[in-house]
Amino acid sequence: MGRGIDHLASQLPVTAPTAPTARDRTDEFTSATHVYEPHKVGLPPLGPYLRELWRRREFAFELSRTELRSQHFNTVFGQLWLVLNPLLLACVYFVLVDILRRRSGGLEFFAHLMGALFVFNFVTDAIRQAVRSVTGGGKLILNTAFPRVMLPGASVLTAFKRFLPTMIIFAPVYIAAGPTPGPELLWLIPVFALFVILASGISMLVAAGQVYFRDLKNFLTYALRIWLYGSPILYFASEVPERYHFLLVLNPVAPLLAAWSSIVDEGMAPESGDLLLGAAWGVALFLTGGLFFISREREFAVRL
Amino acid sequence: MSSLSASDRVRIRVDDVSVTYRTSLERAPTLRSTLTRLGRRERVIKEIQALRGVSFEVGHGKVMGIVGANGAGKSTLMRTVAGILPPNTGRVEVHGRVSTLLSLGVGFNKQLTGRENVVLGGLAAGLTRAELLEKYDEIVDFAELEEFMDMPMRTYSAGMYGRLAFAVAMTMHPEILIIDEALSVGDARFRRKSFERMRQLCQEDHTILLVSHALGTIEKLCDECIWMHKGLLRMWDEPTAVVEAYTDFLGVRDADKEPDPVTMEDL
Repeated sequence: MGRGIDHLASQLPVTAPTAPTARDRTDEFTSATHVYEPHKVGLPPLGPYLRELWRRREFAFELSRTELRSQHFNTVFGQLWLVLNPLLLACVYFVLVDILRRRSGGLEFFAHLMGALFVFNFVTDAIRQAVRSVTGGGKLILNTAFPRVMLPGASVLTAFKRFLPTMIIFAPVYIAAGPTPGPELLWLIPVFALFVILASGISMLVAAGQVYFRDLKNFLTYALRIWLYGSPILYFASEVPERYHFLLVLNPVAPLLAAWSSIVDEGMAPESGDLLLGAAWGVALFLTGGLFFISREREFAVRL
Repeated sequence: MSSLSASDRVRIRVDDVSVTYRTSLERAPTLRSTLTRLGRRERVIKEIQALRGVSFEVGHGKVMGIVGANGAGKSTLMRTVAGILPPNTGRVEVHGRVSTLLSLGVGFNKQLTGRENVVLGGLAAGLTRAELLEKYDEIVDFAELEEFMDMPMRTYSAGMYGRLAFAVAMTMHPEILIIDEALSVGDARFRRKSFERMRQLCQEDHTILLVSHALGTIEKLCDECIWMHKGLLRMWDEPTAVVEAYTDFLGVRDADKEPDPVTMEDL
């Protein structure tokens, strides 16, 4: 045995250990030289961190695949449940809104509700999975050194895979009720990318937060419900009265939902204001969440 | 100590490392308790100095034994060398690919099957999928758990759990292997087998950190030994000398100066 490492050994810097240099630190998780120095709270060198993240991406994919398997995603009924659950929810909300408003929104409103609800579900699904990704990592975190950001990353991936089948049942409703599909539909790609960035940012934030406050998960349940009602899903963004407009500006997901709805409901390119505000929120939360998570991740092993 | 010639290629260098934990005495930190405590300054936090100014080196191909009572900081030291815990002061330098076998479990999640755990653990440790495929059979063979690999690990017995962990760590072909209390897993036959594998690895140029309470193993396998006591490095010498001083200290020697067989027993 031992033969397998020969080629590795030959590449190793086997000279006498030298004084710490910047180069040493660039190999944080890799197989050559590791130097561990105090940086309990603080950013590790970002370049090598991201490189290492990319090198271990297989792990995030595998973790997500394993998560899905444990949720019976690979069985027919597991898939069916994933689709049925949001579909039933969409129906319930449709009836609810119909009663409350005393006027029928019709199939068109149903299409809006369904599209917006499903994409919103993607965001909250990612957050819900991410919140326990680090604290549920247990032994893996205690015993292996790897970029921890892969844990919430895998959650977003899992949420994305759970989101895809819901788009399949949305398609017939869209074709029946929506505008004639045109090239404007391509706008969905960048808008969805912004949703992913937003979801990742909040996911990293709550995953790290859960380490410090173990009841964050319980608070999150309420926060996400309030968020749902405060977002233009059960109503159109254009219907919001003037006095509540500030809520749409303060809600990170509202401009993205408005952009999404204008594509899906009206077949129009999203307004640049919505796109810019949505992108600003997404990038801001992504950077905040990412930097917070990475600067804290070395401390997780102590806190678990 | 003169035997530790300076010309050895140093694989692990631990330089004046201290690690301090802050543990809160609350069950788990919660937002609710933080909010209700707000204003009243009654944070119950205890600082634990797990390591205090520890320095040592391990040369290429050497087997370093680590002994010490429970709570002496052995596991903390292993995690620091593995890069899992950051030191509060000092510096750890590690040259080579590290495989860890800490506290029996290479990141095993009991809900997942043995196969899933091996794959996830390997990928997290930085192996590629191809490398893993190559090693998978070797791992299963060594652990002798063929029929259990597709069962969730919660159905495993403690011995089977340890065997799989040991097999994974042994099969990673690490240049540096960190083993914490792992030799005492499995039945007599598996222990014999893992001892043989360890001996083989020790002879094969691997650098090994071995934490064990089985002092006989330490004496048989190690080139050098350190004794940790309450976070301090108390002694660093030949294994026999350290084991002698350690057993003296523990008061587990018989009147005729023969070590108590229970403390030496390991295989």
